[in-house]
Amino acid sequence: MRIGIDVGGTNTDAVLLDGRQVLASVKTSTTEDVTSGIVAAIDGLQRQRAFDPAAVQAVMIGTTHFINALVEAHRLAPTAAVRLSLPAGASLPPMVDWPQRLVDAVSGRSYLVHGGHEFDGRHIAELDESELRKAADDMGAAGVRSVAITSVFSPVNAEFEARAAEIISAQLPDVAISLSHEIGRIGLLERENATVINAALRELAAHIVDGLAASVSGAGITAPLYLSQNDGTLMDVDFARRYPVATFASGPTNSMRGAAVLSGLDTCAVVDVGGTTSDVGVLRQGFPREATTDVSVAGIRTNFRMPDVLSIGIGGGSRVRGNAGDVTVGPDSVGYELTSKALVFGGDTLTATDIAVATGRVEIGDPSLVAHLDRGLVRAALDRIAADVADVVERMRTSAEPLPVVAVGGGSVLLPDELSGAGTVHRPENYAVANAIGAAIAQIGGEVDRVYAIEPGRREAVVEEAKQEAVDRAVAAGASPASVGIVDFDEVPIPYLPGNATRIRVKAVGDLQLGA
Amino acid sequence: MTMREITIDHLGDIARGAAILGTGGGGDPYIGRLLASSAVRTHGPVRLVPLDEVGDDAVVLPVAMMGAPTVMVEKLPSAEQVGLAARTLATYLGKELTHIACAEAGGVNSLIPVVAAAQLGLPLVDADGMGRAFPELQMVLPTLYGIRATPMSIADEKGNRGVLDTVDNHWAERLARSATIDMGCSAMISNYAMSGAQARESLVPGTLSLCAELGARVRQARAEHADPVARVVERLGGRKLFSGKVVDVARRTVTGFARGEARLSGMDADTGSEMVLKFQNEHLVAERDGITEASVPDLICCLDRESGEAVTTEGLRYGQRVVVIAAPADPRWHTPEGIELAGPRYFGYDIDPVGVSA
Repeated sequence: MRIGIDVGGTNTDAVLLDGRQVLASVKTSTTEDVTSGIVAAIDGLQRQRAFDPAAVQAVMIGTTHFINALVEAHRLAPTAAVRLSLPAGASLPPMVDWPQRLVDAVSGRSYLVHGGHEFDGRHIAELDESELRKAADDMGAAGVRSVAITSVFSPVNAEFEARAAEIISAQLPDVAISLSHEIGRIGLLERENATVINAALRELAAHIVDGLAASVSGAGITAPLYLSQNDGTLMDVDFARRYPVATFASGPTNSMRGAAVLSGLDTCAVVDVGGTTSDVGVLRQGFPREATTDVSVAGIRTNFRMPDVLSIGIGGGSRVRGNAGDVTVGPDSVGYELTSKALVFGGDTLTATDIAVATGRVEIGDPSLVAHLDRGLVRAALDRIAADVADVVERMRTSAEPLPVVAVGGGSVLLPDELSGAGTVHRPENYAVANAIGAAIAQIGGEVDRVYAIEPGRREAVVEEAKQEAVDRAVAAGASPASVGIVDFDEVPIPYLPGNATRIRVKAVGDLQLGA
Repeated sequence: MTMREITIDHLGDIARGAAILGTGGGGDPYIGRLLASSAVRTHGPVRLVPLDEVGDDAVVLPVAMMGAPTVMVEKLPSAEQVGLAARTLATYLGKELTHIACAEAGGVNSLIPVVAAAQLGLPLVDADGMGRAFPELQMVLPTLYGIRATPMSIADEKGNRGVLDTVDNHWAERLARSATIDMGCSAMISNYAMSGAQARESLVPGTLSLCAELGARVRQARAEHADPVARVVERLGGRKLFSGKVVDVARRTVTGFARGEARLSGMDADTGSEMVLKFQNEHLVAERDGITEASVPDLICCLDRESGEAVTTEGLRYGQRVVVIAAPADPRWHTPEGIELAGPRYFGYDIDPVGVSA
């Protein structure tokens, strides 16, 4: 048995699974301290279906806590960014394009040091260790508690980042160190930004992870705890302490992964309809397609692995305006006030939920309060929702092949049974807790993302090498070797570079090796 | 609208407009915009001088970035590196620089000269060498006027610099390309040094103002929920060629350049038709149902259907809804010499150029 928990901004959802069978599922309110909400959720599962805590083999948690901490600029550690690049890069120092509010919130300091690599692995300059030691002195004096180290072309060669970490740790043994090549991709400012964000969250991560572990062990569960990552794979708690940034987009990812399991479709579009938005993503072989462009987080450009998700302002709380001929749905929403503002709850605002109730698709609140609604208006609002969602789904397709659609989330009752251009909408059982199920069935992955100079006739060998390395990484991270397979492969030639430079990305994934 | 100086507030519009004139090439102007903001913040606004106000004896120096955009976003250039390229050439020529200019209008290279001008405290000429973007450095109108690309300077971030003096402009491209690779694939160059009289004769006037205006039109149209593409077409005196969805992109790297084709399936009035865009960094040929509708040297721009933002050839992907527009290039590109330098046959397409009129 395993337990999956998704801690969202509003709800904490939990499921108890035996294999892929859902034994119990609960929805509770997220609490400010997070942990008591989790305790309540586990209690809820226990009440619904009594289980022996010792029989639980693993607990998987997806949490939006870290991204919320960044957005709210809350409890971020005093952080320094060290960039190994001189003589390049001095004109655009670290955090150059950050909102000032966040620079202040991390008490951001930056240090530029000689070092870095060229695209082909040559050194821009030798690493200047004395400059680094001087920087470390200054950080110590300034009370820096977390350091982000970024070296030019570290995704090609990470030796300088590793050496700089040794030097700084020797001098400041108590500071946390984050290395950019473990976090982001080619694109220095974006990778550095992601690394600084990660560094700023390290203290909070340690605190939160301790809290999560305590709430799980408090329930008598001794099984290992995992957190789910942006790409739909799991990390253990030590990894989570070091890479909190890797949890940022785990919410939509868990919904998508859950949708795949519930529907039995591993290549599909998933529409997750919540209270204020509908998020649309695409699964390929059971994993979310990743965004290839930079993703802004709290106004900061970053390039770490995030699912490619398109959102529109249509959810259960969306305001519905106009008449049958000119109806609009959203993008504004009554949000958490749904239970006081929607007509079915005695409020005075027409929402998408009221429309759903008026059709009889779902029973929420008092259906008699929407019985008076004009049938033409109800029909038009549903058509509007269907057309807008169909349009987003259509945008997310990357090939001409047909792509089935799976609808999950509490608000998915708003969608019709057929979407134009997409065909039947699959609405699996347990759709409302798809996110917690996605967390519970998450797997272990390994990835390689590097620029290779491919000599003539060597392409096959290079590709094989990259695939093997991804598989090895997945196994090293805890995947059961027999289950590991390549789920994603991407090869892009880079223009204007000599030597047939090609960027290769490979991802391997396998099932978590459960208890011995 | 005559712009007399470039402040930080203009940079977003200039970058947006330059990406449109970049016809799919020119790279992501983000780093260029950040560098320009930082240089203008440090040194103050850049004075912009209309081409017809540049005196005969002026010493005008175009500056540009040469290399791979993929490298530039990793090994960030510095303002000093840009200034160094210009100063190196001035020293070699034994002349006092009076003006900086743009070699091309497109992405990064419409903003690098802003950095140079700010850093060196020189005015920037409101003009460029192409009126668009092209991939090779001999492809500028000054080549047609016999102005030599060399002596040209090239500088890296380490302080290495070189001056090339070549037998013709094609050799300048070839040797500078090798030096750029040794310098780590992201170098700053300065070439086509010219007098004010030569600049007035050979450059395309008003390009930076045009970039700023195009950028502002797109931004304003969006704010007014109007059609940004229509506003761009109107300003460029061009024509909307096609509205459609990208259904296939095929790319390959040939001698260091990204060549490829994108297929678009028609939407709205173009439903049932297909357009093929052929590109080498920039869009070169647009075919509708097998018939060439536009080609180099004219501008073929691919814009996001809703936002009006330029879509680079690197950024093209399945499912994007785009509008393809074409706009006439500077008429000098349509002379026999201009066609020889940058017509379809130079790029390996055995067709006569197809001109665009509104």
